[in-house]
Amino acid sequence: MADLTTNFAGITSPNPFWLASAPPTNMGSMVERAFDAGWGGAVWKTLGEPIVNVSSRLAAIDHGSNRMIGLNNIELITDRSLEVNLKEIAECKKKYPGHTVIISLMVESKREAWHEIVKKSQDTGADGFELNFGCPHGMSERGMGAAMGQVPEYTCMVTEWVKEVSDLPVIVKLTPNVTDIVPPARAAVRGGADALSLINTINSIIGVDIDTMIPFPNVNGMAAHGGYCGPAVKPIALNMVSELGRDGEVDVPISGIGGISNWKDAVEFLLLGANNVQVCTAVMHYGYRIIEDMLDGLNNYLDDKGFESVHDIIGKSVGRVTDWGNLDLNYDVVARVNNENCVKCNLCYIACEDGAHQCFSFDEQGYPVVDEPECVGCNLCALVCPAPGAISMVRIDEGGEKRTWKDMTSKS
Amino acid sequence: MPDYKTKLSTAEIEANFAEIDPKMTEAEALFEANRCLYCYDAPCTHACPTHIDVPSFIKKIASENLRGSARVIFDANPIGASCARVCPVEVLCEGACVENTLVEKPIQIARLQRYATDHAVEGDIDLFQIPESNGKTVGIIGSGPAGLSCATYLARLGYKVTVYEKRELAGGLDTYGMAEYKMSQKDSLDEVEMIGRMGVEFRLNTSVSPTKGHEEPRREKKLSNAGERNASLSVPSTQHTVVDQIAFSDLCDAHDAVFVAVGLGKTNDLGIPGEDNEGVFESLEFIGEVKKRAWHDVPLGRTIVVIGAGNTAVDVVTQSKRLGAEKVIMVYRRTRAEMSAFDYEYELAKSDAVEFIWQASPLEIVGNGRVEALRCKKNDGSLEVFEIRCDMIVKAIGQEKMTDFFGAVEIETDQKGRVVVDASMRTSLENVFAGGDCVNGGAEAVDASQAGKRAAAGIHKSLFGENVEFTGQGSSTKCP
Ligand SMILES: Cc1cc2nc3c(=O)[nH]c(=O)nc-3n(C[C@H](O)[C@H](O)[C@H](O)COP(=O)(O)OP(=O)(O)OC[C@H]3O[C@@H](n4cnc5c(N)ncnc54)[C@H](O)[C@@H]3O)c2cc1C
Ligand SMILES: Cc1cc2nc3c(=O)[nH]c(=O)nc-3n(C[C@H](O)[C@H](O)[C@H](O)COP(=O)(O)O)c2cc1C
Ligand code: SF4
Repeated sequence: MADLTTNFAGITSPNPFWLASAPPTNMGSMVERAFDAGWGGAVWKTLGEPIVNVSSRLAAIDHGSNRMIGLNNIELITDRSLEVNLKEIAECKKKYPGHTVIISLMVESKREAWHEIVKKSQDTGADGFELNFGCPHGMSERGMGAAMGQVPEYTCMVTEWVKEVSDLPVIVKLTPNVTDIVPPARAAVRGGADALSLINTINSIIGVDIDTMIPFPNVNGMAAHGGYCGPAVKPIALNMVSELGRDGEVDVPISGIGGISNWKDAVEFLLLGANNVQVCTAVMHYGYRIIEDMLDGLNNYLDDKGFESVHDIIGKSVGRVTDWGNLDLNYDVVARVNNENCVKCNLCYIACEDGAHQCFSFDEQGYPVVDEPECVGCNLCALVCPAPGAISMVRIDEGGEKRTWKDMTSKS
Repeated sequence: MPDYKTKLSTAEIEANFAEIDPKMTEAEALFEANRCLYCYDAPCTHACPTHIDVPSFIKKIASENLRGSARVIFDANPIGASCARVCPVEVLCEGACVENTLVEKPIQIARLQRYATDHAVEGDIDLFQIPESNGKTVGIIGSGPAGLSCATYLARLGYKVTVYEKRELAGGLDTYGMAEYKMSQKDSLDEVEMIGRMGVEFRLNTSVSPTKGHEEPRREKKLSNAGERNASLSVPSTQHTVVDQIAFSDLCDAHDAVFVAVGLGKTNDLGIPGEDNEGVFESLEFIGEVKKRAWHDVPLGRTIVVIGAGNTAVDVVTQSKRLGAEKVIMVYRRTRAEMSAFDYEYELAKSDAVEFIWQASPLEIVGNGRVEALRCKKNDGSLEVFEIRCDMIVKAIGQEKMTDFFGAVEIETDQKGRVVVDASMRTSLENVFAGGDCVNGGAEAVDASQAGKRAAAGIHKSLFGENVEFTGQGSSTKCP
């Protein structure tokens, strides 16, 4: 059994799995049930001036028969009073001293407002703060959430305000609704952030009811753009996490969030430099119980790979991500069809014909054949192939000297 | 033995006995696992007599955590690999799957279960940590599903467990009774071996006799090739040894508690004239011969009449057909509607071109030292008497209870000959527990497994005064 305990910016947790600030962390009884199920920590549903929510507030995109591959919401921060939340946080921490409770905060852009809420909340026994600079809907119209996270100067400034009075580690939660994630991340670090977490939800309209012509989710005939999350956002989150993992100035721990549904997703975040992970949509879909396989699967993975601690895999793939200009142009792969596994659906043929480089023809028995000199090794045929092992991408270059675009342009 | 010889070649028979539910490929397993809805408080888990957390083990297949998946299964059912092959899932987990209502196609739970358990069994993966000895020993009589399950849970609690088995191979009917196209002896013995690795000792060829001096005469028996690893648990070669006898009272003296899991006896006799003719077999004898896979040595008739209409009768007719009998007729005294075999078993027999004669009671086996015909009387009101010409008859009308054994050791049984137990599976004797077919009168392997689990908890409570709830026993507390 590998050691799953983590130390995140000085906060120790029994395991690297935290619940993200969202409905599953709405209140004490829920967080306590989550801890009983095995979650290592929870970021409480964002506290601030109580708000009023709309009814009908979630919508989702399905893919084929898979429900909810992406979720969209127009929910705001907590609609419960600060006092009730703080009381429950204190009770929860008393009952579960070994588990991590992080208080997520969002108030208007005033120094006194931030000072006040930090001071009120920090003697609850909570382990840290997370500043919600990411909510992309509703709150941003009021100058909060993403409105702060999208402007690096604000990010830095508000982080500084919090650090002026906070006795606890401060995590800044970033919004993905920016063209480059690095500047706001650096700004937070400049402001004194002890750690970063990302991503919050992505601006989105999930779809339109084509009969009523009202987009989802319908609030009395109208809709507003909302925040997108769930399995579909994972690639975007992974990219942003890895960019921070690679950035020399971002030298604080990272909490990876976005589309994590099982232990394998979590391992990917850890490999790309996240020090722990947070989960929301998968729990909203299946319940707290999914933590059981997350822990079990991670444990077995670490054991199988011979790692003693989860710390040993953090950042292991960071060095494998580079700029395009550093990639080896001499590396050459081609597609090969393995007839014994081929089911003759011809999807490879048509994908290459109309979507790539017209490399396929058929042999006398009707099996697709690749014209290797024509194949550019794009992977498309292998990606569309439904039959495992029917198409392999085979390396054909000699493995000789590396040639990169950067080398080529610097020499010339 | 009838003179008839099958016209099928070994290869043809092998093909007929190919596994009815072959192992899934990785692609199949992932596809099917991802189709599972991961229901909460799932009906499949309720429907499983051992309450395996089905959505959990399937989710783990989807996340490619196969070891974890196998652990979930074996945690609730120590014979999960056997059950994956032999359980009547149409009336259990798969029958309860909500996908029946959504798309009329349940998740293939049993095949997924096999996929996960094979991973552990084939990889010799030890899923449970066995604690230090707790100082107590338990003797188990019978190595069938009930005995194996009880042994596993007790070993996991630190008991020193010895299983006494009168036959040369362990596994009970898992090893000697399952239709060969569902499960081979090797599959059963591999699972036994996994249980052996938990420190459970198997004393094979060791019969427990009801009283001292009541011992059966020592029999010459074939035993496995001693010397090779776990030789005693693998398919035997042809070495000879004797069956040991140990008296029940000595067993009780030697152990702190005893679990009786002796199953049922031989197939009931018909009680009609002519049963001693050559060519009359009892079902378990016939099935036992099939299990050896020496296809051309199995007694076979040109026309075989099988009496009875339970699942065992179906196993006999389908396997006779698959061996190459020309004509196989199932004779049952009541109607199709009253047949006790599961519907899908009946469908299987039908698709194997078995013929059925309903509402006919056997009167006499006609023969002159050798079977020539079965004389029957119609029960449909006509009272017509007729003969079915045949050269082989197999009796499959249920197994006898071991009432003599229980009477001699003074374990109370009910009017039907079933051992009487309390909620903790305790018999009328102090520290003697019982479970499986000998208690329920004959059910499924999975029921025997659950009984073994409950008995292990009962034994622990009795010896240590401690309540332990194993996974799927009824509440949520997990086994250590
Ligand atoms: C032909 C047939 C086919 C079946 N097919 C299926 C199926 O497909 N699926 C399914 O779920 N169930 C099936 N069953 C039912 C299933 O096999 C039983 O419910 C299950 O095996 C009962 O387990 P048990 O441990 O109680 O008894 P058994 O499996 O009968 O084991 C009892 C063991 O005790 C040993 N024993 C008995 N007396 C003594 C003694 N005095 N000393 C030492 N050892 C002794 C026996 O040799 C035997 O090994 C079938 C049953 C039969 C008869
Ligand atoms: C309904 C809903 C409400 C959310 N509320 C908050 C919130 O109050 N504060 C916050 O920081 N993030 C909030 N989030 C964002 C999540 O914490 C998380 O960053 C995002 O959902 C991505 O993770 P996921 O893909 O695992 O869901 C919310 C998400 C959802 C779906
Ligand atoms: S999930 Fe609960 S709160 Fe939401 S619509 Fe359904 S019943 Fe109402």
